[in-house]
Amino acid sequence: MPSTAPLLVMRDIDKRFLGVHALAGASLEVAPGEIMALVGQNGAGKSTLIKVLTGAYPKDGGSIALAGEPIDFASPQEAQRGGVSTIYQEINLVPFRSVAENIFLAREHRRYGLLDWGRMNAEAAELLRRFAVEIDVRRPLTEFSTAIQQMVAIARAVSFKAQLVIMDEPTSSLDEREVEVLFDVMRQLRAEGVAVIFITHRLDELYQVCDRVTVMRDGRTVMTSCMGDVDKLHLISAMLGRDLETVRSHATGFSAAAAKAGDQVLAAEGLRIGRRVRDARVEVKAGQIVGLAGLLGSGRTEVARAVFGADPPDGGTIRLMGREVRPREPSDAIALGVGYCSEDRKADGIIPDMSVRENITLAILPRLIKMGVVDEARQRAIVDKFMTRLAIKASSVEQKIRDLSGGNQQKVLLARWLCTDPKLLILDEPTRGIDVGAKAEIQALIRELADQGLGVLMISSELEEIVEGADRVFVLSDGRTVADLPRAKASASAIMAAMAHEDAAAVRETARG
Amino acid sequence: MPQKSASPDVLAFLRRYAALAALLVLLAFNFAVTPHFASLQTLNVNLTQVATIVIVSVGMTLVIATGGIDLSVGSLMAISGALAPLIFLSSFGRSHPGIGNALAFVVSVGVAGIFGAFNGWFITRFQVQPIVGTLVMFIAGRGIGQVMTNGNLQVFKNPTFQFIGLGRIFGVPFQVIVMLALVAAAAWTLRRTLFGREILAVGGNERAARLSGVPVNRVKRWVYAISGLCAGIAGLVVVSINSSSDANRVGLGMELDAIAAVAVGGTPFTGGQASVVGSLIGALLIQLVRYTLLANGVPDAAALVVKGAIIAGAVWSQQRGKSA
Repeated sequence: MPSTAPLLVMRDIDKRFLGVHALAGASLEVAPGEIMALVGQNGAGKSTLIKVLTGAYPKDGGSIALAGEPIDFASPQEAQRGGVSTIYQEINLVPFRSVAENIFLAREHRRYGLLDWGRMNAEAAELLRRFAVEIDVRRPLTEFSTAIQQMVAIARAVSFKAQLVIMDEPTSSLDEREVEVLFDVMRQLRAEGVAVIFITHRLDELYQVCDRVTVMRDGRTVMTSCMGDVDKLHLISAMLGRDLETVRSHATGFSAAAAKAGDQVLAAEGLRIGRRVRDARVEVKAGQIVGLAGLLGSGRTEVARAVFGADPPDGGTIRLMGREVRPREPSDAIALGVGYCSEDRKADGIIPDMSVRENITLAILPRLIKMGVVDEARQRAIVDKFMTRLAIKASSVEQKIRDLSGGNQQKVLLARWLCTDPKLLILDEPTRGIDVGAKAEIQALIRELADQGLGVLMISSELEEIVEGADRVFVLSDGRTVADLPRAKASASAIMAAMAHEDAAAVRETARG
Repeated sequence: MPQKSASPDVLAFLRRYAALAALLVLLAFNFAVTPHFASLQTLNVNLTQVATIVIVSVGMTLVIATGGIDLSVGSLMAISGALAPLIFLSSFGRSHPGIGNALAFVVSVGVAGIFGAFNGWFITRFQVQPIVGTLVMFIAGRGIGQVMTNGNLQVFKNPTFQFIGLGRIFGVPFQVIVMLALVAAAAWTLRRTLFGREILAVGGNERAARLSGVPVNRVKRWVYAISGLCAGIAGLVVVSINSSSDANRVGLGMELDAIAAVAVGGTPFTGGQASVVGSLIGALLIQLVRYTLLANGVPDAAALVVKGAIIAGAVWSQQRGKSA
């Protein structure tokens, strides 16, 4: 508990990328021997704040002090020497070198110019024993489980005489037992007076090990509190930035239209996918916009990709257009009339060097073939139609898609699916990173399409979008569908309550359906 | 942002036509300086020498367009070059020369194509990096060719079969016609067919292509198979010219010549864009540089250095185009 002088004080930190504020007056205080949770939505500024602290990015303003001394690390290596070590989600050690080598990498003990293996091995084993890890430190790192590899990374950090250890989502690839081991190590560090900053998306974990929590949103620090003084619901509302009662109405381009639900186009039950999704359920009917809400890491995208055949699920049933199917490739789902606009336009959506024309017709191309050759007249007709209908702004249809704005790229990707005349369209964060005007246009378009009979499954981190746009809302939490809310009951507070697992009524709603 | 695209377009234009411009300059130089350059014989010598490289680089261009690479082409040439004489020199081949020659052609090229398809299967099935996946066949393929022939040199005289390397139609060497036909077919495929567009989509953004329903693995298996087929044809051309087949030598170093031609031709190794005609121009440029130096008394060793410099220059101009 923070009774002594703080170990780390970050104040009024500013960081801009190309003039856009990633951090605007963010602050963070950590006491010695304290486990501080750092939480926030995607893009809230957590990792930027950490990177400013460790010198990966230079700061544009503000002050940082460690143990009362002002500091300004030039690189993560310098930070490490200064007592601040970071353990990343992806372990950045050398897999084929031994455990001891990894711990002493770049500061090996030498004797007469040669490596002193005996001493390094003994010290490495001793170091790991402190965390109750008994392994042969001469074996290559890659032979051990991810959890052990994390321990090695932590041992390396501690051996730098770290005063502060930062763990960036260390639990995302661990199973429950391994997580427990990691938590024991964190408690051990605390007992030795080392402070820990713990970044995670799993809120349950915070309550297990953390002393305090700092919540970030839009590049600012919005709340700091002792874990015992804040319940999950308040934590979520601080992360999402919603007052529990008030959500601005008409903040989106969705018009409130009563849904005339038609035939079922999608029904998934009991989906299990890897470690992220344990028991997910969604249902979409023609003419409906169904919202899929949940915090980051709750398994929303995984569910969408499973339904679309991009990552086949490990268990559960999927019914598309009333037929039970097992889509193994996206092309299987596409053949049944499904389209999927992914969350990451750049990585999963656009073909950057291809023209707007070719990007629009990528999915429908097999149907535009006459004797193996692309029917360019028909292609042109389709492209012209959707350029007009979606008001896509490009200098010409031959312009490369990478030169378009984010909003126009998103419209091109929507057009890619709309021209295939789908029955179900899955939209993963359809308005992320898009300017306000284009956002409202896209939202209005989604509603219009649904009114014409399209079934839409919409994933969104923006509560307004879900509350105003969706006719029915499924809430995912930690890989489980925890609520199924009809439009009338899908208020922001009900959705957040379901995310926090705390409203029994919302959970009970799931049983109906 | 649209107005910004003007300057990259200029660079793209330069990048695209730099090799062509260099080729024209070099031609002009030769007409002015090199004795007896403006003759049909000179043209035929150069085209004959370059034909096999171009045939292989057609397949290579398609592979590189998907973001891959094929190191096995030289070894596949050795396999097809070893297989064909085995067939038409066999007792069946001698007693039925017509069928024997047809089989020699079809089976040899087909087997090279199957080995190419194996490359594609290996790379897609086990998610191996193409440079490693095709390295397997690069090493094993030449061994297979030698095992088939017990490492012996096969000498033959079979004018019908050797038409592919020695024949002429209206004075044009037959392999040059094959080369031009393959270049035209591949260029047309890339531009106009579903398969061609799928190749470029896979190379441009594999994940996005898959999520749009493009059968990524099937496309990749096919381009490696096509690369194998092209190598098979080139192998037959080489053994026909030599009237002999030596699995130790046929197609030796061809993978690097073909990759060089593709690079100089302006096809980026990141995939997603490709120019088969560019690869043709690239191969012609490399060939003409070598010829120019030899015809003017510069030793072959020096020609190699110049060849390296051309490739470096081509890659440099590509990098410039990208960073702009």
